[in-house]
Amino acid sequence: MRIKAMVLRILNQLRNDKRTLALILCAPLLLLTLIYFILDSSTTDLSVGIINAPQQYVERLYENNIVPIRCSESEAAQMLKEETIIASVKMISGKIYIDIDGGNSTKSNAALSAMEAAKKGMGPAMERKDLKTEVNYVYGSDDLALFDNFGSLLIGFLVFFFTFLISGISFLQERTTGTLEKLLSTPIKRWEIVTGYVLGFGAVTVIQSLIITIFVVYVLDIMMIGSLWLVLLITLLSAMTALTLGILLSTLASSEFQMIQFIPIVVVPQVFFTGLFDLSPGWSIVGRFMPLYYVADALEKIMIRGGGFRDIAFDVIVLLGLTAFFMIANTLLLRRYRRI
Amino acid sequence: MKNETDCIVMNQVNKFYGEKQVLINVDLSVPYGAIYGLLGPSGCGKTTTVKIMAGISEATSGETYVLGKPMPQLSLMNEIGYMAQSDALYMMLPAADNLEFFASIYGMKKEQYRKRIPEVMELVNLSDDLYKPVSAYSGGMKRRLSLAMSILHHPKVLILDEPTVGIDPLLRKEIWNELYKMSDSGVTILVTTHVMDEAEKCHQLAMMRQGRLIAQGTPHELQRRIGAASIEEAFIYYGGDGHAD
Repeated sequence: MRIKAMVLRILNQLRNDKRTLALILCAPLLLLTLIYFILDSSTTDLSVGIINAPQQYVERLYENNIVPIRCSESEAAQMLKEETIIASVKMISGKIYIDIDGGNSTKSNAALSAMEAAKKGMGPAMERKDLKTEVNYVYGSDDLALFDNFGSLLIGFLVFFFTFLISGISFLQERTTGTLEKLLSTPIKRWEIVTGYVLGFGAVTVIQSLIITIFVVYVLDIMMIGSLWLVLLITLLSAMTALTLGILLSTLASSEFQMIQFIPIVVVPQVFFTGLFDLSPGWSIVGRFMPLYYVADALEKIMIRGGGFRDIAFDVIVLLGLTAFFMIANTLLLRRYRRI
Repeated sequence: MKNETDCIVMNQVNKFYGEKQVLINVDLSVPYGAIYGLLGPSGCGKTTTVKIMAGISEATSGETYVLGKPMPQLSLMNEIGYMAQSDALYMMLPAADNLEFFASIYGMKKEQYRKRIPEVMELVNLSDDLYKPVSAYSGGMKRRLSLAMSILHHPKVLILDEPTVGIDPLLRKEIWNELYKMSDSGVTILVTTHVMDEAEKCHQLAMMRQGRLIAQGTPHELQRRIGAASIEEAFIYYGGDGHAD
């Protein structure tokens, strides 16, 4: 009952605050579109030499914006050298071998993603699922894969960033305007306040996640072979983690400005640890302590590797655990303002 | 027992914020149905005292009873109306939404608050502004809306921290008349103030200074005890540094 009142009030407040609502819903779309145009401009018109592959596979490649060129093995090597094609592909007893030019990681990854997608579409008779595609870097190497999972990472990050900021500031204002004190003079329980916030903003983040996911997958047409529902689930979990972390940290800030100060300290560093850069093993471990690592990991598994729920179960558990942990910590931290 | 005859009782209450002691052995008792004034300069511990009574804060040592039960206690919070010094309002929302929100938090049903909200808004002279967003309210209007919110749920005890700051004399009088009416119907009211003429309107008065309660009694008693002509003089006398504790 009291939680319902909290939720309704938060939604009412957001409804009356069109700018904040627009920031939650539209700003991520704007940024994603911009980055899409910046990164995507170089990935058009990729040609791939087909040495030996079933017709169905070639057709699927074509659907994925790849220009297939039939050729012999020696012709393929020559064209790779001249950079007419980015890769050559051959299939021998169900196993796919790819020679690729890894000089431009954006292009080579786009080609690899497309070939992975094409492989998905084939029937089990053509390809043996148990055999991994063998990728041989003729030029460059996969270490150059800077923008490998940039898109999927970005969804997680943008959702995290905006939800963190807005929920945090909103909870902070509850304190600076004195409404928290007023609330604490009523019989409401501390956990009801926290839960009300999580559900109220949670409702908004469901809409936010839905819009962003659909926009990225269908409008920006990002590389996506997994389930849309799983992407939605992870986006939502990312928002929930950000939401609970945001309101938790807002109890440590004493002004909106101090809340903004958490961004370079808490939010931005997480990006460095989420697969954007290749890190030495020591630094990779640091990443394990950051929520965004699990978001990016899961999104990459679903969108690029076509993983199912079982592949991301661990990430889901970690994110749910973090959300619960932040909520409990928040309820305990509110003791600073009222013990009972 | 004292705590059965009086509505609010504080027994040897001390409060520390870190090393700093803000309340020193406060003994205080407010009879049922009284309007009790807590008078003192800013920073003397008035707000800390009322927060302890309202159950938001807690004493470091000592006991506090409200309606015969020890504070803080969640079940008692429904019986207390609290108006903080700052206007605790959601600026983005219209007054009606603010009122409905707190009504639901106090567990009032829709039929109940639909009837009650116009009543309290009438009381504070804001009937015409029910659907205006609070951000469009003036300072005095916000103060009145805060007051309306604190009496929304028919509390038995009303704790008002500087309720009439920024309210013009005419409306202030009306509000006081309303407080008298409520006290006649049995509501116990505790008001903090630093305005002398308001202090005189209270049935009973306590004066605070630097975390101590320095005098308690009816306004008349306090004056007579020192032969002062006005409460203001009494206040200066009791609060003065020359006065032995």
